[in-house]
Amino acid sequence: MIEIKNLCKSYPLPDGSIAPVLRDINLTVADQSITAIVGPSGAGKSTLSKCISLLEAPTSGSILVNGKDISRLSGAALRHERRAIGTIFQSSALLHRKTAAQNIALPLEFLRVVHSDIDRRVRELLEAVGLTDKAHFYPAQLSGGQQQRIGIARALALHPKVLLSDEATSGLDPQVTESILGLLKHLRDEFHLSIILITHEMDVVRAIADDVAAISGGVLVEQGRIQDLVANPDSALGRQLVPLKTVEPTQPHHTTAEITYGADGVVPEDWLSTLAEQLNARLKLLGANIERVRGKLHGRALLALDFKGVHPDAGTLHTVFHSLGLKASLGTAPLVPAHDVLLTKEKVYA
Amino acid sequence: MSTVSSPLGSDTPWTEVHKLLLPAYWETLVMVIIVMTMVVLIGGAIGVLLFNTSNRGLFAHKRFNQILSWFVNMGRSLPFLVLMAAIIPFTKYITGTTIGIKAAVVPMVIAGVPFFARLVENALRDLPREVNAVGLVSCGSIWQIIVHVQLSEALSSIIAGITLNTISMIEYSAIAGTIGAGGIGYLAVVYGYQRFDHNIMISTIIILIVTIQMVQWIGDRLVRLTAR
Repeated sequence: MIEIKNLCKSYPLPDGSIAPVLRDINLTVADQSITAIVGPSGAGKSTLSKCISLLEAPTSGSILVNGKDISRLSGAALRHERRAIGTIFQSSALLHRKTAAQNIALPLEFLRVVHSDIDRRVRELLEAVGLTDKAHFYPAQLSGGQQQRIGIARALALHPKVLLSDEATSGLDPQVTESILGLLKHLRDEFHLSIILITHEMDVVRAIADDVAAISGGVLVEQGRIQDLVANPDSALGRQLVPLKTVEPTQPHHTTAEITYGADGVVPEDWLSTLAEQLNARLKLLGANIERVRGKLHGRALLALDFKGVHPDAGTLHTVFHSLGLKASLGTAPLVPAHDVLLTKEKVYA
Repeated sequence: MSTVSSPLGSDTPWTEVHKLLLPAYWETLVMVIIVMTMVVLIGGAIGVLLFNTSNRGLFAHKRFNQILSWFVNMGRSLPFLVLMAAIIPFTKYITGTTIGIKAAVVPMVIAGVPFFARLVENALRDLPREVNAVGLVSCGSIWQIIVHVQLSEALSSIIAGITLNTISMIEYSAIAGTIGAGGIGYLAVVYGYQRFDHNIMISTIIILIVTIQMVQWIGDRLVRLTAR
């Protein structure tokens, strides 16, 4: 388990003033769980990553691995304790003049492990990442995905408790990304790792994160379990995970309802037609999106309600939505401006 | 150096040329080997210091970096002939003499070290930025990272640098020959230039060209062998 408590990091500027980059970051990642940290570039992701991988000491606050603060060590003590944290970089971070096996052996060599133990550990790790046959290949002879697997094996060489992945899948194509993510998930369970995933790819987050934290302007603005976030219509992070692009209703005076539904409630598949019957209204679909988050479907839709008879009051409407397991917020204009923030799969547009 | 008596202004017979040429060539070789050994060790260490005290290094230290950089630039500012003459008192202090191989080695090392230091610094700067971080998160000590990560990854560019430096040291050894350092340069000046001995002149030119070509060829081979 890794706990980040009240972490602050600031840098002195040439003019003598101080630029705060991270402010009061609090984050806990339990054993055998994956937390994704997302945020726009310049938000402080890479500084946070450097603090977690102990490449930079925080200005204040602490980083505890299994209860022990390791954030402000130096020299031999730092080298000893940083074994608890394995770091994977973007795909280019293998040493090019060493073979795959030598790259994996690097941390073991540095700790002066005896050679027979190094060989055994390297074999285990090559097996864990599925590249036993590539032991003596040089990085230039491996594909991007294979290089990243070797990087993961190297990060795991010293039995870390925490695995930090700093944009490790950026620049890999979707199939390779998927297989790397599958490997991370498997390693999380096999070695009870706390995995921190720093990424800008929402597909990655949807695929494997247990928890998500959003960082913006150096502050953690939102964090929680991913299924709670996507089911919460008021969550900005949930909106990034299941984004909704909408069109303007042709008659703007219509009542609109933004629907959020997800795996937690039981939502009948034909909710749309059931809703139309129960409300005695014609429904116009102004935008809809279904995303698979951790294997389960989550949806968001914007409807314009055109009532055939009497306009029911808000209470009645909410009762109807609630009975179908839908969360809705009502309005008279599109509630959401078109979100074109992130790339999404499986999009359904009206 | 063995000398062959020859009347002033006349060419040394071709059959006699090797008696002058081979000992001189050997002297040049010894000079360059001694100089390059020292240049690689001292210049390499300074190059590593220059890189690692820079803001990308393992122990960034702006002030130290600026001072070291200033000294390196100073060493590179003077043309070799000027440098050689300027440090004669220093050379005498170190070696006790101002002529011969020993005396030539001092200015050659002083000229070669800053040059090689910059070559090593550039080779390290060309490494991908994550390389140091990889060494650090793999729990390496500063020394381990310098040896097993930085120098090891930069090996082929460092070999290219050694090749380049060796060639300029051969050139410098010829300049050093003019102040009596011995070697091919001395032979070319004293026999070829001052006595108009065409055979010696031609043979020194040929042997220098062949040597430089060979050094470059070996260097290129090693670079190719070490590149991955």
